[in-house]
Amino acid sequence: MNVQRSIGLTMPPFVFEIERFQLRLFAQAVGETRSIYLDVDAAQAAGFRDLPALPTFAFTIGMPPQAPFDLLEALELDLRGVLHGEQSFTYFRPMCAGDRVRVHRKVVEAYERKGGALQFFVVEMRLEPEAGGELFCMARQTIVMRALGDQQ
Amino acid sequence: MSTDSRTGPQSWRVGQQLAPLTLGPLTRTMLALYAGGSGDHNPLHLDPEFARSAGLPDVIGHGMLTMALLARYVTHLVPQTALQSYSVRFLDMARVGDEIICSASVQEIFENESGRLLQLQLSAARGNGEVLVSGTATIALARSVGADA
Repeated sequence: MNVQRSIGLTMPPFVFEIERFQLRLFAQAVGETRSIYLDVDAAQAAGFRDLPALPTFAFTIGMPPQAPFDLLEALELDLRGVLHGEQSFTYFRPMCAGDRVRVHRKVVEAYERKGGALQFFVVEMRLEPEAGGELFCMARQTIVMRALGDQQ
Repeated sequence: MSTDSRTGPQSWRVGQQLAPLTLGPLTRTMLALYAGGSGDHNPLHLDPEFARSAGLPDVIGHGMLTMALLARYVTHLVPQTALQSYSVRFLDMARVGDEIICSASVQEIFENESGRLLQLQLSAARGNGEVLVSGTATIALARSVGADA
């Protein structure tokens, strides 16, 4: 997709259900072994509703499980050339297993560098409870697409 | 100067270096586990043949895995409930075999409407010192009271 035309692209919102099983798998994958992230009783004793999601799990919430690369597809980006440039999260309150999170994503900036050899897309993401109420998290991601033509 | 970070953020001073932590080295198994746990199964991280078709010598680590490892370091310094924001730039691609050396220093202590805050400057570097990820984390000093007593 043309870089300029991608600005304002808004993905259809979807709901991500946070499951204990996936939080434990994610914790294992990043080497997190503390009991509040694995054991529901320990999490509740620490004041959480249920197992808390680790800080960067918010990025996983932003990918629809059935179509994790839907945004890249909407931007018509080849997975082979996609890099992650920047990522930021602002946290308002913990997300836990059992939460149903509504995910909003929008391309808010897009530009080219090096004569079009690199394209940048800045995506803003908002995570809120499906049932309404105080926001969980805001995130901002910079996707970098490198030209693949001369690599083949 | 590296200082014992177990004393807690209340006692940290601007400019203070916190004790670093070496994680990894990254293995193909870690990348596969992360692909499963995170849902990011881009073959660039899993399939060497696909990576070569993208002009890379081998698979590369998920940037988000490095960011997650650096977050694990941060949440050992302060409880996750004190983490208000976390931002990084990805500067280089992580490769299989890379150790991830996490380090932090206290950049700023300030106050705003939500209370007293501390900003950490963060980095995740390879064993040879090349920086893979640099970033910042904003920590609420007031909110962490009692959460990690």
